Amino acid sequence: MTLLFGIPLSVMLGQLLLGLINGAFYALLSLGLAIIFGLLRIINFAHGALYMLGAFAAWLGLNYLGVNYWVALLLSPLLVGAVGMAVERHLLRRIAGEDHLYGLLLTFGLALIVEGSFVKLFGVSGASYPMPELLKGGHNLGFMFLPSYRAWVVVAALLVCIATWYMIERTRLGSYLRAGTENPKLMQAFGINVPLLVTLTYGYGVALAAFAGVLAAPIYPVSPTMGANLLIVVFAVVVIGGMGSIMGAIVTGLAMGLIEGLTKVFYPQAASTVVFLVMVIVLLFRPAGLFGKEA
Amino acid sequence: MSSLESIQVATAMHNVEQQRQRAARWRKRGFCLALLGVALLAPLAVYPVFLMKLLCFALFACAFNLLLGYTGLLSFGHAAFLATGGYVTGHLLSQYSGLSTELGILAGTLASGVLGLGFGLLAIRRQGIYFAMITLALAQLVFFLYVQAPFTGGENGLQGVPRGHLFGLIDLSSNLALYYFVLAVFVFGFAVIQRTIHSPYGQVLKAIRENEPRAISLGYNVDAHKLLAFVISATLTGLAGATKTVVFQLASLTDAHWHMSGEVILMTLLGGVGTVLGPLVGTGVVVTLQSYLSSGPLGDWVHVILGLIFVLCVLLFRAGIVGWVHKLIRRNFK
Amino acid sequence: MKVFKKTASAMLVSSLIAGTAQAQVSDDEIRIGYLADMSGTYRDLAGPGGLEALKMAVEDFGGSVDGKKIVVFNADDLNKPDVGANTVRQWVDERNVDMVTGLVATSVVLAASKVVEQADKLALISGAASSSITNEYCSPNHIHWTYDTYALANGTAKAVLAAGGKSWYLLTADYAFGHSMEADISKVVKEGGGSVLGSVRHPFPSNDFSSYVLQAQGSGAEVIALANAGADTVNALKTASQFGVTQAGQKLAGMVVFLNDIHAMGLDVTQGLMLTTGWYWDMNDETRAWSRRYFDRFGRMPTMAQAGVYSATTHYLNAVKATGSDATATVRAQMAATPVNDMFAKGGQIRTDGRMVHDMYLAQVKTPAESKGEWDLYKIVSTIPAQQAFRPLADSQCKLVTGKVAQN
Repeated sequence: MTLLFGIPLSVMLGQLLLGLINGAFYALLSLGLAIIFGLLRIINFAHGALYMLGAFAAWLGLNYLGVNYWVALLLSPLLVGAVGMAVERHLLRRIAGEDHLYGLLLTFGLALIVEGSFVKLFGVSGASYPMPELLKGGHNLGFMFLPSYRAWVVVAALLVCIATWYMIERTRLGSYLRAGTENPKLMQAFGINVPLLVTLTYGYGVALAAFAGVLAAPIYPVSPTMGANLLIVVFAVVVIGGMGSIMGAIVTGLAMGLIEGLTKVFYPQAASTVVFLVMVIVLLFRPAGLFGKEA
Repeated sequence: MSSLESIQVATAMHNVEQQRQRAARWRKRGFCLALLGVALLAPLAVYPVFLMKLLCFALFACAFNLLLGYTGLLSFGHAAFLATGGYVTGHLLSQYSGLSTELGILAGTLASGVLGLGFGLLAIRRQGIYFAMITLALAQLVFFLYVQAPFTGGENGLQGVPRGHLFGLIDLSSNLALYYFVLAVFVFGFAVIQRTIHSPYGQVLKAIRENEPRAISLGYNVDAHKLLAFVISATLTGLAGATKTVVFQLASLTDAHWHMSGEVILMTLLGGVGTVLGPLVGTGVVVTLQSYLSSGPLGDWVHVILGLIFVLCVLLFRAGIVGWVHKLIRRNFK
Repeated sequence: MKVFKKTASAMLVSSLIAGTAQAQVSDDEIRIGYLADMSGTYRDLAGPGGLEALKMAVEDFGGSVDGKKIVVFNADDLNKPDVGANTVRQWVDERNVDMVTGLVATSVVLAASKVVEQADKLALISGAASSSITNEYCSPNHIHWTYDTYALANGTAKAVLAAGGKSWYLLTADYAFGHSMEADISKVVKEGGGSVLGSVRHPFPSNDFSSYVLQAQGSGAEVIALANAGADTVNALKTASQFGVTQAGQKLAGMVVFLNDIHAMGLDVTQGLMLTTGWYWDMNDETRAWSRRYFDRFGRMPTMAQAGVYSATTHYLNAVKATGSDATATVRAQMAATPVNDMFAKGGQIRTDGRMVHDMYLAQVKTPAESKGEWDLYKIVSTIPAQQAFRPLADSQCKLVTGKVAQN
């Protein structure tokens, strides 16, 4: 048994793989947040609640409408994304020109309302969402037993992340978006409906969170507070990556998952705190984050 | 108009303005005295422990408002200072039974101030959301330390903190005696903040909040000014936390959790950021709501209602309750 | 001089009245406060259900004791010690509460019991787990009724050892309750000839157990013990099932598992799980009858903590009736002098350290095939007699037992 720092190599590899899986979640969630902040300058403190809504939409869909997992993967983001667009159109737009602080507080208030209502309706203990048949079971990789579902999570998350990145950085639609947020007046003069673009973008960011929620439903308890503590970790990831950077969010999400995985091997009590330590260190040396564009 | 006449008019206008300001100041003083009178008599009508809770949180909100309202810095990590004041004081008072209460509180306050200096040195160079996130991250690190450190009692909290004796003489185990002490502490903290705001240093802070590049170009050491404001805010927050621990004889992780940082933002925002009485009003509303809602039939809806207030505040009452009242007064009485 | 005389006579008179008040019910009412987690992680093991059980006890008693009305009020402690302690303090200062029950999260219990002790009231603890409540933290003002970590370790760990699980790995919630559970398990395992291969402490509460389950798998231990409770146990068990832990041959031992946890997770995930319980609704005719009544009122079968609230309250009210007083020391003495004989326990005894000692039961979760109804979840495997289940007084660190002078 080869030992690395006193830990068997097989254990290390297993933890790193698990860390990668968690990292995929972080990447997906921080991507949505980075899009909303980087492009819209909105500090979306409701992101955790929206992730929760995505998971609950899947659960409610299954238990009341017979909607299965695969359909939910598509429908839930659309539904929650629509909710997000309504929120942007009617609430966030009113404070569009103001200090960032107000966006933060408004979305924080919305999160409290949503989470509080769900706690009242469903209690705090998580509801159970069954694993889709196709992905049950797993494979013995030698150094660990990898459940198929978790492998699927990494694949799905990475695919969506890469597709999103491509869309924003490499397509015309993406360039409209980037231009529209840098200089909305000019874009409007060109005939582009900037407010609609903003609404759609916010909706897309929200949909990403909901997608992560559906991915999470079979493996994490579907509870109204599932997004609450995840939220500040995701924010930390976005800040470390650089708040305007799409690639930064994806890469940092994966990296933080790995770092957390390693921490769980050596000092598990610190697992939920290590991301903040990294943030403080990174911000000391790179004030705009690892891939950030402005100070 | 000749130059002599214009000078006379200007002087007359200046005198009128001065008189008006003096009258406003006397009105303000009268109002404050009236509030103090109410505060002195309040324990006869209302449960003193509830009043003390109000006072401690009001001090916390006032200290936070100094930073947010008057300096323009949003810190998301103030819970760390509240908890540090509480834990250090609680630990010292529990360990050294001969220690008189005010010394224990002093120690907790100073510890928070030192922590504030540490946070400030790391965070002060950053702006806006980055500043908020660094303070949040640092506060999370402190939270982690307090979860792990044996002296805090972790999840159980530091329990059975003796209230002790004030100056070694006055027994504070009676709710009434303790109330007047806490009131005195609050008035002291409030006075410190007022002096800070109305001093030349306070004017510079205001300038920094309004237009920082301008202030820099005028030659002010902006970072040093912001750092000092941060330290004062942290120290007074520590004072609030230390006093709170003596009142409740308990210091727990709730004080260090980031939700507490969010709550103080709510109290300040609701009352009116950058106003004198705003934090008091905001604290009063939030703490009363929490206490009385949770024991009534609406108990399950506390968070939803608080969230609703948050949202309404941001959308409609950005100036907070006090700001809104000011607007009303100005519109109707001028 | 006049003032002095007035004060002196006033003091004399009031002390006379206070003296006679010993044999009276204060305020002519018996005031009972119910404090528990009503909305959070531990809601379903006591929570609103426990309040229902308390109300049943009061109603079954007729709503009053010798003409003195019984008043019940409740609050949600949100699992926070500061909220719990402040609520109890307010109840003492403003409502002159006589007895507090429910009491679930250990952290809340420790804080609240300090307040109760200072005010010389009585606390009957039904939901909490840590055995330290009647050990280092014992007091004459609280009684631990339903179960504790020592009894659970003794029951479950011993049974699993006997069934062949010699090497153990512990998954522990990183706070006081988890640590004490871990200590109690390790002691039992080592004394039983087994060995603890390792342990990992997870933050409380945790959502993601994958990495800890992986470590437990990697250790190769025959038994993986879960020294945690509530949602943590549920999540850990779910994750273990996804990672094929039992299929690969390792046994899972849940240390603090309640009926509502099994019901929430379902028999697919939990079948075969061994656990120790202080009471189960389907043990005998008496328990079934009471549980049926409870189910008709509340819609769910009662957990041991909820049954414990009913039993403790009834025993308390009996003592108040017998002594004609609600003064704490008097009632407590009467409660200790009388054995507990009801649907909850037979021959239960309250010891000096405040521990209510009664038989515990080793149970196993049924397979889906064995279960004939929604709540038909356990089969009772054996009974652990009261004297063996709990920490013997000889090993106790309680100041009331060792005779050490109280520090505060």
